[in-house]
Amino acid sequence: MTIRGRVYVLGDNIDTDQIIPAEYLNLVPTIPEEYRKLGSYALAGLARTPDQPPFVPPDGMTTPYTVIVAGKNFGCGSSREHAPVALGAAGTKAVVAESFARIFFRNCVATGELYPCETPTRLVDVFRTNEEVVLDLEANTLTNVTTGAVHALRPLGDAGPVIDAGGLFAYARQTGMIAGARAQATPAAGGGPQAGPDD
Amino acid sequence: MSMTMTEKILARAAGKQAVAPGDNVWVAADVLMTHDVCGPGTIGIFKREFGAGARVWDRERVVLIPDHYIFTKDDKAHRNVDILRAFAAEQGLPHLYDVGTSRYKGVCHIALAEEGHTRPGEVLFGTDSHTCTAGAFNEFATGIGNTDAAFVMGTGKLLVKVPPTMRFTFEGEVPPYILGKDMILQIIGDVGVDGATYRAMEFAGEAVMRLSMEERMTLANMVIEAGGKNGIIACDETTRAYLRARTTRPYTEVANDAGARFVTDRRYDARRLEPVVAKPHSPDNRALARELGDVRLTRAYIGSCTGGKITDFINAARVLKGRRVAVDTFLVPSTTEVSTGLRTHTIDGRALLDIFRDAGCQVSVDASCAACLGGPRDTFGRINGPEVCISTTNRNFPGRMGAKEGQVYLASPYTVAASAVTGRITDPRELLQ
Ligand code: SF4
Repeated sequence: MTIRGRVYVLGDNIDTDQIIPAEYLNLVPTIPEEYRKLGSYALAGLARTPDQPPFVPPDGMTTPYTVIVAGKNFGCGSSREHAPVALGAAGTKAVVAESFARIFFRNCVATGELYPCETPTRLVDVFRTNEEVVLDLEANTLTNVTTGAVHALRPLGDAGPVIDAGGLFAYARQTGMIAGARAQATPAAGGGPQAGPDD
Repeated sequence: MSMTMTEKILARAAGKQAVAPGDNVWVAADVLMTHDVCGPGTIGIFKREFGAGARVWDRERVVLIPDHYIFTKDDKAHRNVDILRAFAAEQGLPHLYDVGTSRYKGVCHIALAEEGHTRPGEVLFGTDSHTCTAGAFNEFATGIGNTDAAFVMGTGKLLVKVPPTMRFTFEGEVPPYILGKDMILQIIGDVGVDGATYRAMEFAGEAVMRLSMEERMTLANMVIEAGGKNGIIACDETTRAYLRARTTRPYTEVANDAGARFVTDRRYDARRLEPVVAKPHSPDNRALARELGDVRLTRAYIGSCTGGKITDFINAARVLKGRRVAVDTFLVPSTTEVSTGLRTHTIDGRALLDIFRDAGCQVSVDASCAACLGGPRDTFGRINGPEVCISTTNRNFPGRMGAKEGQVYLASPYTVAASAVTGRITDPRELLQ
């Protein structure tokens, strides 16, 4: 599977309060209308700098940025699943970071909102916001279409089998941990991978 | 095979003789806690995946504690508490600490302990990253997301990767001006905000085992600020005495095996610790309080699961007694029990609440998370502009307590109280006799 789109570049230690500020945590991710609203507030807590366009345009509900490239410890802070949900609801498909905070990574996988991909090299200095990228999840590469450079990513590791099964619930059903099919086919959100823990 | 406390608890919960760091095991939960911010989403996923008529795996083991957005006019915040209430009624859950009733508690991590839900040897999952606080009670406690919580709600189990343990040993006696908050900020400054990612953090040594349960909870509370999965402390007579007053449920203590392995093993001489502060905007941005004397403050805040326990207020009152604060100072008790304690605990015959009011502090009688995480605009103590705040809370990321323009310094109740008096960051040794 490949994901193509524009990239948004962030630094180290982007915490969950920057991804979705606490004042919007009154929104419930499983209520479809509130799910979309969460998307419109994605990265609303980021301090604005003159050279960085807003992640979600003013009055917009979604983002033009399909992939985020970030530094270390992305998603640190709270266990709020609203964080990967907000990014996924905004239309982002993947975050490529040097490292992830544990609960955020797990929530990405469990909700299927985002691919959390780790990069062994620091990419925040070699990408510019708005450049076009291709993320290849089979070859584990991130290509900068603008410059042509190809960067190797780490495979998803322990999360792999759970992702292959289709997420925590699907994995549990497949391995006999829980019985039967999903009760109702009404996912609140997503469209990304259904994935599970590595944690 | 020799195991650490964390490994032993997970082995037992997984029904195995032994586990090793890196193993992925299905563990049985003893308690699942959720609150008003993450409970409604968890319940939504639970119903979607297990069916509208599904029942929770064990009514006795699900604990619902509304605490985040309580004293606000925000409609959705009230709607979220209604969702918890309806779910508790539908499922017949005995452990709902409902708003507006005498059972209302406030901040979940302190409420869990006060109500006897934190017990040695057990596994506690909670939809809040500071669930790790309960590791002070010699149990495995960690924060999880809504999807994982919904899974636990239906099955009582969760797939967990066994973390290796980093041990932090404090030797010697803690000086009288040092609190648990200084110890954990010291550690986070040393290992960094991702220094314990995927790891357990054990706090050990004479200095730790002399701390009260409340101070131990402050240590375990902030392991997540180092990226840790869980914090853990051995069980001793202090633990048992606290539990005797809170629960009659039997429990099984755990201790490290001789030969248990630690991925790192750091030692501190407690006598050499100094009061420290985490500067904006990161909990690992450590400095000595005495070096920050020229930082002018506009407000001070004492509250939260980290710094809003009764002992935190007693410590603050020791500094504030007979003095006046120089900046707006907001005090929020973490729980209703703490709120009552402000009236019943006295220093030299004067109630804490009176000491604080005499000092010019603004004291909320309502217990909740309040401005620790900003919250709706009308939240008590929320930072709504370019304030410079010193706080006993646990996070100082941009915008954590409200406005992005705000700057938050994290410190112990002693340091916050001393700084509130002078209006600048102040080493409490200047004011403590
Ligand atoms: S007091 Fe603050 S850190 Fe603690 S649970 Fe509430 S919001 Fe979270």
